[in-house]
Formats: sequence, C-alpha cells, structure tokens
Amino acid sequence: MYSEKVMEHFNNPRNVGDMEDPSGAGEIGNVRCGDVTKVFIKVNGEGIIEDVRFRTFGCGAAIASSSMLTEMVKGKTVEEALKVSNLDVADELGGLPKQKMHCSNLAADALRAAIEDYMKKQEK
Amino acid sequence: MERIYLDHGATTPLDPRVLEAMIPFLKEDFGNPSSLHFFGREVKKQLEEAREKVAGILGAEPEEIIFTSGGTEADNLALGGVVRALREKGKHIITTAVEHHAVLDTCTALKKEGFDITILPVDCYGMVEPQHVKEAIREDTLLVSVIYGNNEVGTVQPLEEIGQITREKGVLLHTDAVQTVGNLPLEVEKLQVDLLALSAHKFYGPKGAGILYCRQGIEIDRMLYGGGQERGRRAGTENVPGIIGMARAMEIAVEEKEENTRRMEKLRDKLIEGLLSMEDVYLNGHPTRRLAGNVNASFEYIEGEALLLSLDYKGIAASSGSACSSGSMEPSHVLLAMGIPEQTAHGSVRFTLGRHTTEEEIDYVLEVVPEAVQKLRDMSSIYQGKGEGK
Repeated sequence: MYSEKVMEHFNNPRNVGDMEDPSGAGEIGNVRCGDVTKVFIKVNGEGIIEDVRFRTFGCGAAIASSSMLTEMVKGKTVEEALKVSNLDVADELGGLPKQKMHCSNLAADALRAAIEDYMKKQEK
Repeated sequence: MERIYLDHGATTPLDPRVLEAMIPFLKEDFGNPSSLHFFGREVKKQLEEAREKVAGILGAEPEEIIFTSGGTEADNLALGGVVRALREKGKHIITTAVEHHAVLDTCTALKKEGFDITILPVDCYGMVEPQHVKEAIREDTLLVSVIYGNNEVGTVQPLEEIGQITREKGVLLHTDAVQTVGNLPLEVEKLQVDLLALSAHKFYGPKGAGILYCRQGIEIDRMLYGGGQERGRRAGTENVPGIIGMARAMEIAVEEKEENTRRMEKLRDKLIEGLLSMEDVYLNGHPTRRLAGNVNASFEYIEGEALLLSLDYKGIAASSGSACSSGSMEPSHVLLAMGIPEQTAHGSVRFTLGRHTTEEEIDYVLEVVPEAVQKLRDMSSIYQGKGEGK
C-alpha cells in the first residue's frame, strides 16, 4: 500500500517534537477526523527556516508526510517554503495511495499556518 | 523476524485436512454436479453429502442449506431475497447499528426500493436490548437481522431471547453468524433463527464458499439468474471444491470447539489484561460475552492505522476495526454506535486470535505494543502525558 520511502519516514521520522520560542507555530486538523498536525518553525534574520519541528496525531501517511515536509523546507526561505505544495510532499514520498492523499495535505497546510503566524509576528 | 498472525477475524489459513479433502475435486473429480453422466453424478453425490454434513451441524434439513460464494452473498440473499418475496405482506426491516456492511449496505439498497428500515441502537458494549426488538416490530415488519458475534468488537448478541420475540410475533429472524463457527453454538433451533449466514474462510476453510441456512417454507427471491441449482434459489455451477472443503472445515471446527475455545479464551484474556495495564487503553466490546479470539482496544492519543503499521514492522499482523473499513477515513460505525468518542474510535486496533496462536506470541505482542504505542504518543500532537517533561 505504501512506498518504501513512506515507511522509512514513518519508522524513522525526522524533526519530531516541540520547539521552545518558535518564530511561528501552526496547527491543522481535527481530532474527530483522526488527524492533527502541529508545525513549529525557527526563522533567522535572513528569513531562512533554520529549524522545523512537527507533532502529528494521525495515520502513517500523515506522519510520513509531516516528516518529509520538514526535511524539504529546512534551510529554505519562508517564500520558498510557501511554494511547497501538498502534491510536492506526496511526490517526494514516491506517491501516496489515492484515499490517503488528504492526509498529506495536513503537513503543508500546518507549515503555511506556521509561516502566517511568523509573518503576523513580524508585522508587530 | 517473527511473523505473528492476529487477524483471524479477516481470514484464516486453510487447514491441511481441508485441503486434502478438496484436492480430488480440483483434479479428477471435476465433473459438473448438474451433469447426467457419471462424471457429474459422482460429484453430485459428494456435494449432497457435504450438504447433509453442514445441515447436521446446524440441526437443519439438507434442503434448508443454500451454498453461496461467501458470507456477503448469504447476507444479501437472506435480506434481499426474503423481503422481495414478501413484498405484498409488508415493507419493514429491523436491524442493528453494529451489523457488518454486508447487512447494512443491503438495507440501504432495499430502502431505495421502498422498504422501511429501523436500525436499533446498542449499549456501550455493543449489545442489543431484546426489548428494543420487541418494541420496534410493527404490523408490516417482515424480517429482523441481528449479527450473532460481532466481527469488530466480538460482542455476542442475545440471539435466543430475540428469537423468542420474533417467533411470538411471527416475524423472521436472520443472523450473520460468520464469526462464530468453532466458538459458539450453531443449532438453529436453539438459536430460534430462520436464516443464518456463514463463510468458510473464517473457519479454516477456503475462500469463495458460504452458506445460507433458510428455514423450510420461507419464500426467497433469487438474486442470480441462470440454472436451477440450489433448488432454484441460487443459480450458477456449485463451487464444488470450496463446498467440500467448507463442510470438512466445519466438521473440524465443531469437533475441536471446546478445546480451541478454552485455549483461545485464556490467551485472549491474557492479552486484554496486558493491554489494559497500559495507561489510557480501553477494551471495546463486552468483557465476557465476547468471541473467544477477539480483542479490540482503543489506544488514546494515537491513530489505529499508524499503530498497525508499527506492529506490522515488528512482524505482528492485526487490523483496525473491520478489515473492510481500513481503506476508509470514517472511524468504525460499530464503535461510534457504542458511544465511543471519535478520537478514541480512531485509536482502535483489533487483534483476532486463532487456533494456532501461542502464549509466546501473546507475550511478544505484549512486549511490542507498549513500545510502539509510546513512540507514537511521543510523536502525537494531542499527547501531553508522561515522557514530555511537562
């Protein structure tokens, strides 16, 4: 059902955990639907995402997508990171089963929410 | 790596004794039982012997046995076949919220044809209250359908009590008994049922063979058109190897019932006890009125499919709710009907033990599950528990 890459990320997820004083934090999902993803980012003076963490309550696809996403955006500027789409994450994982595509949406959406949170804080 | 199969509710391995019984019918005894010549006649004889064997176990007459392609077809035929034949006499069907989709989806289809469906609630253990059945029966009620042993949570329904009510009221009672062979009594007179569905591959028989017991005198509309097999109630050349295997498998299951049930219940209770000793883990289904091999537990803060994958990685095969629902996003309708909150329902996993399950296997599962659960909880966005330093 899942690609080797998905299983690899699921079994050895990267960048799991909370973050103290994140530059931005985002949360997407609903416990009633069985998936909630939180993403935390640390952005430096040049607008580069220096560190990123996630925590996910969800299925294997949701966990693997979160892990993959954190790898994809680490070291990117926030502008570049905003361009990473849900489909990009799924592609990078070697594809996801059709009925699991929506699970991969959470990660990129949570990152977007974290970036928006960061930008709001910047405006202040 | 160890490979431990704890998904016997999904399917069971073929018993070698069953395979042995089937082989001649996959080789030299290939005749069509409907044929006039001796190739067919010999096979027909064996087919009818299998029917007698099955009927004997159910305490039924051979002509009350309809061979089908499996449990799903038997359920479809029981519900659809009976109510369509009785269309002139009424239009009401009663069933429960914890049925297999083979029953529930058939009811949905029948609703579109103009039948009225009442879906009875269950208590927190997944039990139907017989009194509710009594109250739901109307003048135009044709049929009540109640699952015998629940495929997801293992709860065993009070069929006999329900059967007494339907008998008194002159309404037919169907039961999906697919999970119960080799575990619970099957005599139709004792259960007071009029229709009963079985599936061979759930009791170490082959896939593609099932049974619908249909009490004598009950009219039933055929679903498949073609030949006059099964007394015109189910067209299509009989799956002879499958049926022969099924009859043998049923015989073995019944012969070894006491011993297997006793052993499985002991292992089941050990697994339940071990899982419940973890924090925030709940048993789903009835604590005692449950199938010998069924353990269904909810692990808070994590999602069932993720736990299944972790267990699979460690060589343990289990399932999340019903095998059929594992591809869908909705939490199990059975758990929701029992009033279990969605979040908790999402974290449910079913382990179904079998004849060959050993104590060592259960010990290994009890070693692996807590680690896997903790790893997922540590990752979970909704877990605030231990190990977090908060």
